[in-house]
Amino acid sequence: MSDLLTGQHDVSVTRGTLGSRVALGVGIAVVVALIFAPAVAGDSATNNLTQFLILLIMAIGWNLVAGYGGMVSIGHQAFIGFASYAVLDLSIHGVLAWYAVPMAIVLAGLISIPVSWLAFRLRGGYFAIGTWVIAQVFQLVIAQQSNLGGGAGASLNDLNNLNPINRDNVTYWFALGLTVLSLGVTALLLRSRVGMALVAVRDEEFSAAATGVNVVRTKRLVFILSAAICGGAGALLCLSNLEVQPNSAFSIQYSAFMIFMVLVGGIGSFEGPIIGAIIFFVLQQSLASYGAWYLVILGGFAIIVTLWLPRGIWGAIDPHHRRSLVPLRHRIDYDDIE
Amino acid sequence: MALLRLEGTTAYYGHLQALHELSIELEKGEILAVIGANGAGKSTLLSLISGELRPRDGRVYFEDHDITRLAPHQRVRRGVALVPEGRHLFSTLTVEDNLLCGAAARRQGTWDLAAIYELFPFVKNRRKHRAAVLSGGEQQAVAIGRALMSNPSLLLLDEVSLGLAPVVIRDLYEGLLRITAEGTTLLLVEQNITEALRVANYTICLLEGRVVLEGAPSSLTQSEITEAYFGRQQSKDSSSPKRATRAKK
Amino acid sequence: MIWTNAVIQGLLLGGLYAIFACGLSLMFGVMRLVNLAHGDLGVLGAYFAIILVEHLGGNPLWTFAAVIPVAALVGYLLQRFLLDHALNGGELSPILVTFGLSIIIENLLQQTFGANDQSLNIGALSYQSWKIASDIYVGRLNVIIFVVAVLVIVALQLFLSRTPAGRALRATADNRRAAALSGIDPKRTRAMATAIALATVAVGGLFLAMRSSFAPTSGSADLLFAFEAVIIGGLGNLWGTLVGGLVLGVAQTVGSQINPADGILIGDLVFLAVLAFRPQGLIASRSVAVR
Repeated sequence: MSDLLTGQHDVSVTRGTLGSRVALGVGIAVVVALIFAPAVAGDSATNNLTQFLILLIMAIGWNLVAGYGGMVSIGHQAFIGFASYAVLDLSIHGVLAWYAVPMAIVLAGLISIPVSWLAFRLRGGYFAIGTWVIAQVFQLVIAQQSNLGGGAGASLNDLNNLNPINRDNVTYWFALGLTVLSLGVTALLLRSRVGMALVAVRDEEFSAAATGVNVVRTKRLVFILSAAICGGAGALLCLSNLEVQPNSAFSIQYSAFMIFMVLVGGIGSFEGPIIGAIIFFVLQQSLASYGAWYLVILGGFAIIVTLWLPRGIWGAIDPHHRRSLVPLRHRIDYDDIE
Repeated sequence: MALLRLEGTTAYYGHLQALHELSIELEKGEILAVIGANGAGKSTLLSLISGELRPRDGRVYFEDHDITRLAPHQRVRRGVALVPEGRHLFSTLTVEDNLLCGAAARRQGTWDLAAIYELFPFVKNRRKHRAAVLSGGEQQAVAIGRALMSNPSLLLLDEVSLGLAPVVIRDLYEGLLRITAEGTTLLLVEQNITEALRVANYTICLLEGRVVLEGAPSSLTQSEITEAYFGRQQSKDSSSPKRATRAKK
Repeated sequence: MIWTNAVIQGLLLGGLYAIFACGLSLMFGVMRLVNLAHGDLGVLGAYFAIILVEHLGGNPLWTFAAVIPVAALVGYLLQRFLLDHALNGGELSPILVTFGLSIIIENLLQQTFGANDQSLNIGALSYQSWKIASDIYVGRLNVIIFVVAVLVIVALQLFLSRTPAGRALRATADNRRAAALSGIDPKRTRAMATAIALATVAVGGLFLAMRSSFAPTSGSADLLFAFEAVIIGGLGNLWGTLVGGLVLGVAQTVGSQINPADGILIGDLVFLAVLAFRPQGLIASRSVAVR
């Protein structure tokens, strides 16, 4: 050991391992392949993929706020519904639906700022219910807007004159693009200074504050980003369903889905939402005929996973973060010691 | 029969070993002072006895029963009560409610509200006040009183003199002497060794989780204590610290 | 006169909210646990009453005697076998577990009873009223609910301040470590808190079923109302919870008077206003901070 101290060895600090670089390569290849999916798969398969990607985006957003931000929100459906309605409202005012999507995402991020002013006055379980109340307020206020269809909702007519298959394909590519964007933003955030601050806050908030981390600002940034990401999912929902309705747009079920996906996949990990979304989607398809039973199963899984598998499936596969697609930890490599 | 016996107890905080095969005996009616520098293991020792920490090895016996696996509240029912460091009063409850909480274990004995008020008369005047508004010395008296309300056979005291003025400490220790007169065995942990050694009839000095000196205070010299406390003199055979005969006060 | 009437009706409604809220407040006080299934457990009690009446007949008012003890027992077991484990798992764990429980209960109820509204028909009492002014009638049942609410809060307050068990609850809420060191059994204390909470929320659920109607999803609405009442009133204080319930009830009824669809929304907005401008609640207790 002592010769390390005399500087006779080359030491390099890296972030990736061979495994993580391979995984990243595979991931990129998968994304590229998915671009061509509409050419290979039929229309209904493409639509299914879109639905899956929407769920995945939601999972990424919720994992960010709860897994990395440490804030369990059960009101993020507020941003899903808000963005859905933003697309509808913008298209009513003449903005083409495709352009409305990025605008809706930005709006969802912006509206989350005043929401955070209120919600951050609460903590823990009360924070969770508080976000739910706020989502309810969103729903009730929007249900009053007759120009948006009131309680019955309204259709998105903007794209009616398009060939349905083309419309579905473009929606799909939007979904794929937003998924990659959400993953990318999450990865960049986590590898940045803010990301390190996040881990510090999550591990020990008091000490993090003592070392100069602005805890509130860090959390607020995460909250805003997660709202924007969930807004992306909401905008896509409007495009793919071609209608919005207050009860379904702001449904608490989205929170149930997000919680399930992230918990089962692995809360606070980069890969968790992906795994969770896949599992959830498969479950949803196979249990579709069982009505409310599949929600009972979801709830049961949430409890079981929280109590006995708190780090989810990815946590079981990679408990020491060695195989991460997005390596976050710094490693010290000695050139002759591995 | 020793009232309290620890046999070969080792204690860890995570990977850090705080106590190394510690064995201690305490006879009924004794006043034992455990002294030592910060980090020596004094509070850890108390945690083993009060039940807040389980030893990784070894056993804890009280009145010849193995209490190693018992939770703190169960040990209170057996007659072991701890006055924790920093007092830990119920700050939103009144003084009287604090004392009454101590009786949760419902053990029989001489200590009830009237007896506590007689022991610490200044507390009686404040009995309807919330505990948070009391001075440090008053709070310490209430904390001791609360533990007494469980009529313990063994009273453990963790740094009761911390942060208090000397005159207040004197008063508290007078109270402690009156408590032992009623038959309660005391185990004191103190950094303020003057008062502790004044009342104790036996003392143990800990260093890095081991006993490095023990004996009746009257039989130990100041320099012996200082050296054991700070560990400047390592005895050749560290497993058998200097012993002296135990004297009952 | 319509506004006075709205305020009076709102106060009576507030009593019901206070009943729902006190259990939530108690559990949070004693163990910092927010039970997201709180409202659903109350509604579960109402469905249990429906089954009892179906099989044993009679005026549903007798079901109080059966549902309350069962609810207390369920609360005790729930704490011992599920929630205690959830508390061991870290900060997020109780929220996620109780949310999962909420989903399970609501959907099981839906599968078993269907999604339609139900109610407990207690006969004449549900529509009889007293005239207290020229234009103002108060439903007899609503007055009874209000009186029971006040009695429940008074009883709970006396229990907490005068009995050893109540003292144990307050001590555990104040300092968990010191409570155990004083000989207070932490598991039994927590289970007692949950038993009391479920007993009170069952009372709320039964009254709700008798006063209006309910469905499997009513539990979520009740949870939100209970929570708003707690926050408006202020944490750590049962009287605050009563006041919070009354304020919420008045806000909702006055709101519906302004616009029939706006009742709940106005209640939510009042809640948000309190959160924004007086987050410690209207009756701030010295003992607990909001954050």
